[in-house]
Parts: sequence; C-alpha cells; structure tokens
Amino acid sequence: MRRPVSTVVGTLAAMPAPNINTDQIIPSAWLRTATADLGNGLFGSQRYDEAGSERPDFILNQPGWRNARILLAGENFGCGSSREAAVWALVQFGVGCVLAPSFADIFYENAFRNGLVAGVIDADAFEDLRRAAAAGPASYAVDLASGTITGPDGTRWAVSVPASRARALMRGDDEIAITLAMQPEIDAHFDRSRAATPWLFPESLMERPSR
Amino acid sequence: MASTAPLCAHVRPGFNPSLGPAGMTGVPALTLFEKIWDAHLVRRLDDGRDLIFVDRHVLQETTSAVAFENLKRAGRGVRRPELTLATQDHIVSTAPGRDEATNPGGRELLALMRANAYRHRIRHFGVDDPRQGIVHVIAPELGLAQPGCVLACGDSHTSTVGGLGALGIGVGTSEVEHVLATQTLALSRPKPIRVRFQGRIPPGLVAKDLILRAIGALGVAGGRGSAVEYAGSAVEALPVEGRLTLCNMSIELGARLGFVAPDEKTFDYLRGREFAPRGPAFDAAMAAWRSLHSDPGAAFVRDVAIECDRLAPQVTWGTTPEDVAGVDDRIPDPASYGDAGRREAAAKALRYMELAPGVPLEGLPIDIAFIGSCTNGRLSDLQAAAAVVRGRKVAPRVRALVVPGSMAVKREAEALGLHEIFRDAGFEWRDAGCSMCVSINEDVAPPGSRCIATSNRNFENRQGPGSRTHLASPATVAAAALAGRIVDIRKEARA
Ligand code: SF4
Repeated sequence: MRRPVSTVVGTLAAMPAPNINTDQIIPSAWLRTATADLGNGLFGSQRYDEAGSERPDFILNQPGWRNARILLAGENFGCGSSREAAVWALVQFGVGCVLAPSFADIFYENAFRNGLVAGVIDADAFEDLRRAAAAGPASYAVDLASGTITGPDGTRWAVSVPASRARALMRGDDEIAITLAMQPEIDAHFDRSRAATPWLFPESLMERPSR
Repeated sequence: MASTAPLCAHVRPGFNPSLGPAGMTGVPALTLFEKIWDAHLVRRLDDGRDLIFVDRHVLQETTSAVAFENLKRAGRGVRRPELTLATQDHIVSTAPGRDEATNPGGRELLALMRANAYRHRIRHFGVDDPRQGIVHVIAPELGLAQPGCVLACGDSHTSTVGGLGALGIGVGTSEVEHVLATQTLALSRPKPIRVRFQGRIPPGLVAKDLILRAIGALGVAGGRGSAVEYAGSAVEALPVEGRLTLCNMSIELGARLGFVAPDEKTFDYLRGREFAPRGPAFDAAMAAWRSLHSDPGAAFVRDVAIECDRLAPQVTWGTTPEDVAGVDDRIPDPASYGDAGRREAAAKALRYMELAPGVPLEGLPIDIAFIGSCTNGRLSDLQAAAAVVRGRKVAPRVRALVVPGSMAVKREAEALGLHEIFRDAGFEWRDAGCSMCVSINEDVAPPGSRCIATSNRNFENRQGPGSRTHLASPATVAAAALAGRIVDIRKEARA
C-alpha cells in the first residue's frame, strides 16, 4: 500500500523548456550509490556550480520557489534515460505534481508508481500558467478528483490524468499486489506459451545456476 | 537547416487500424508488433493497459538495487529466476584486468548486484565472468534475445534486441521490481508506426548514420507512445549488428520499442549461441520465426520514409540527438526554427557547445574520441573503426579510447588483431562496460572538453560535468581521432 494522493497544494515553479531529460533531472553523479540524497541532487548540474555552490539564478534556488511543490514543464518532460531516480529526486525534493503538455513514456510510468502526479495540460493552460508563475511565487492546488489546478485567484485549468490512474493514486494502490492476485492466470499463460513455443524456453535457460 | 541534403522524410497518414485490409482472405492483416504483443498478452486490465508476459529479464547494477530492496521489504520473492540474467556494466571500471574493487565508487552497487543475484539464484555474469558486457550487447550475443520474445531490462536502450525481431522493453526500477515479482509488465499498448529506410546506403555509412538521420527528421518525441518497425531496402541490407544499432536508438526517437522483422541473417546469427534453441528445436523455431513480419497491408498509424541514397555521415552539433546534421553541413542558426521552444533550446545548446551558427561541422577540433557503448560497441563497429585507423596515429593531445561492448567482443577483436591496430595508433584498449557513454565510473570527459563519441546521448554533462559530446558512427569517430578534428570520411576514402 502506498500513501494515497488526492491533492497537491503548494508553490508552482516553471521550467518551461521542452525535452527536459532525466540526466538533467538527476545527474549521474547522484547515481553512484543506493543511498544518495536525491532531493539534494535534483537538477544538480543546473542548481550548483562546479564548486558545489548554489547558482542564484536557478529557479529552485530563488526565494519563494525553494519549496516548490508543483512543477510546470515543457513538452516531452522526462525523456532520455529510464532512471527512476529522476522521479525519486522530484519526490524527495518535495515536488508532488509535474504539469506538462506531454511526458516521455518511461518517466510517465515511473511517476505514477511513486505517487508523483504527472498531469497533462493543454497549450492554453501551459501559456497561462507559465505567465502566472513568472509573475512570482504563489500557491496552487491540483485536485485529482476534479482533474483541475486552481490558482490563487480561483482561476481553474483542466489537468488530465487518466481516470484509472487518478483512482489508483487516490487509493494508494500497490500495483504488484494487484498483479500477484492474477498469478494463476499468468502461470497458465506461461504453460501455454511453453507448450506452443518450446524454443523460447530451452534447457540451457531453464536450468537454474547452481551455487 | 541550411543544407544541400534533400528533404528526406515524408509522412503518410495511416489507415484505419481497426479495419485491416483483409483483402480476399478475411484474415486481418497484422503488424509484426501486434503479432508479438498479442502472443504475450495475459489479459487486458480494467484500466485499459495490457498485462504482458516477460520471457526474459536482464538486470544491471544501477537500476536493480532499489528494486531488490523493495522486494525484500514487501516480503516478496523472484517469481522466475531462471528467466532472469544479471550483469555488471554501468559502473564497472574498464581498466584492463579490472575487478569489482577497481573503481572504488562502484563497489557498493556491484556488490549489491552480485549478492542479490546469489540470494535469488539468478545467473550473474559479472566482471569475473567471460560473458560480462553491456546488457544490450550480451543479450543478443548470448542468444538470450530471439525473434518474437519479450525481453525487459531496467535500461532505456533495451529496444536494441529489436534488431533480432524481439520486443525489448526498457523499464524503470519499479517495473524491474514488478517483473521480478510477477514476470509481467502492465503497459499501455503502444501504436505501431513504421520508418522505412529506402534506397541504398552510401559506402562508408552505417546504421548509426541512418538512425541519427531519422531522429533528426522525426525529433526526440517523434516516436512517443509508439512501437517503431524499421523496414525498407536499406534495413534489409543491414547486417544483424547494424540492425541492433538501429533499434538501439529508438528511445532517442521517444519510442520504447523498435524492431526489425527477422530474416535468414537473423537465424544465422543466432544459431549455436548459448541460450538459442538447438537441433530440431532450432528448426522448429525458425519455421515459426518466418511468420514474424508485418502482413501486406497491415496498418500503421504513421509511416515515414527516409531516403538513404544521398545521405552524408551524420554528426550531432547540439545537446539532444535531434540536433544532428550531415558532416558537410553547417551549424544551423537557431533563428531559422519556426517554433519558439525549439529556437530557445537550439540557442542554449549552441551556448553550451560553444559553437556559432554557420560554422561547418567539418574541421571542429576534438579532445576525446570514444568508441564503444551499446550502440556501437560490437565487433563490426570495432572493425569499421580499425579499418580507418590501421597504420596511422591518433592526433597529438587527443585522448582516444576503445571500450568493447562485451568481453566476448574484446576476445573476438583480439583474435583478429584489432587491439594491436588500435594500440599502435595510440588508442586505449579497455575492458567492457558502459564507460564514457554515461561516465558514472572513472571514464569521465573533463569540463570544457569536446568529445566525439559512438554512443547515443549528447546531453549536457552526459560524459562529465561541462563536457561536450558529438555523436557519430565508429568510422567517423576513428577518423576524427586521427585528424584531431571532425572530418568527412568520404573525402578521406577518396584521398
Ligand atoms: S552503453 Fe550507455 S546507453 Fe548503453 S546501457 Fe550503457 S549507459 Fe546505457
């Protein structure tokens, strides 16, 4: 069971460039151990200079945006490497929702499995929110049940999350537990496949290595 | 883009996939993708996704540690360890004769991989095993991938095995955990698209040039949500290793899946490999594999043609793989892009790369030449590079390295004497691993350096903080190492 998520409330920060890749979201320097402080490494190459000091011009280093909870991004957010640490870094930093016109496939899957809301917005909402975010830090609220984001003055925009994914987030589904309940069906599939295409499972593979 | 190259891509709107041009037979025409996917469909889930059986699961050290940890915490086991294979590739040292301790920064993840494999009795081909190598190099090489199988791996370039007609699915760590626990994946069904490489590949050009051209034409999001079938006369003419290179960079098109229909070359490639079927089983397999192609009239939601006849060697100039041009082209002017986002991104890329619009790619000085990676770390890649290098010397002040994709590739290359050609020229000849493709071991390009590489990503900081990357084919990289600058291998050949 994962922690259910139904709303994300907090500061909206905009990084509106398209094609922000997962190497940018979490640079490889933070991938060398299983226990690195990923929240600290979020956007590390942009956030810190060579000496490790914060770059003051980077959005998440600026007063008011240091604790952003909602990130507005450009098209194809999360492209590149499959590293799930990109999602973990966002979550550990405190980001609960990324809004973008589109997401890269693997990032999108990774996000929902970690309770990070990946909401698709249309071009108008993107432009409005980008302008609003540029005006200064302010608190917004993303609500999964209604599929909306509401601004400080009450303006709303649609946030698209497939209904089944929104429900899974709100319930805090454990996807593996759900699949494990189908184990008999999976085993039956395997048996059928082994009978129909035995070459897929040759002896050299099916013999488990000895210790 | 200021270019003399013909416009190579045109897009044809798709047919209606639901109709299927059954023709006279009444049998629906299916794409290769649909044939394989449907054969692995356990069930359609309530949320519309498909639960897909995974025939093979390949693990590497950087994306599996947390999956095993979570599995343990949930009290779950590995459902089918016999269908699972682990290696160590990303963070290993590539120093000749290395072991798990050679790169101190890698010890923790390497030890975890070995311990987790041991605990669950999973085959582990680590740095102490002659079969060690980059996941996407060893999966085909061992015959682990075969036509019509579904192979998952916690790495975005898993589509590489599509070169054998397999569906290779790159997954994140939670999905690795899901496969370990259930031997399945819950996936949204991608849309079949086709990229046809037409005409003939000019001499000296290889699969890398083809796929870079396609990425330039379609963009890094062009294949999002799609399963890409590569077809056409140029693909049919490619050797199997070239098809692996082609499929490898599908993720650079934004696609999780990319594949080529298997043919006699595929079957010849697989015969006799460790996990390939043997004897009569191989013949039975071959008979079935022959049906693994898209039926005439099968429907693709998008069908793109790339003309190859006049293709130039491709080299990237920016910080995404779609920032690519012919080596005889000039760096484009960001102002020439219609889209504001693209304009800004290109301008930023040029600032990072320290390049100016209008400058020819040819002649750009380089500091490092890297030959290796899951894209171009196979024997034929090293052969193509060695053919350029033979009897010549790396330019002064250039660091040039060859990192075979697997230890088997290294042994085969040494049997052919390639290591001597490289070493005599001044190249480093290293042990197998990801190395300077991702630079999480000690193989790092220094800040400000300009590296020409056979790998697949030219992102900012990819090869080390502040490093700059130009992607190209093995021959182009080898030629640049010798000249100390980017050169047009076609002129070299004529000279
Ligand atoms: S060689 Fe590079 S792209 Fe390939 S698996 Fe290794 S790190 Fe990933």
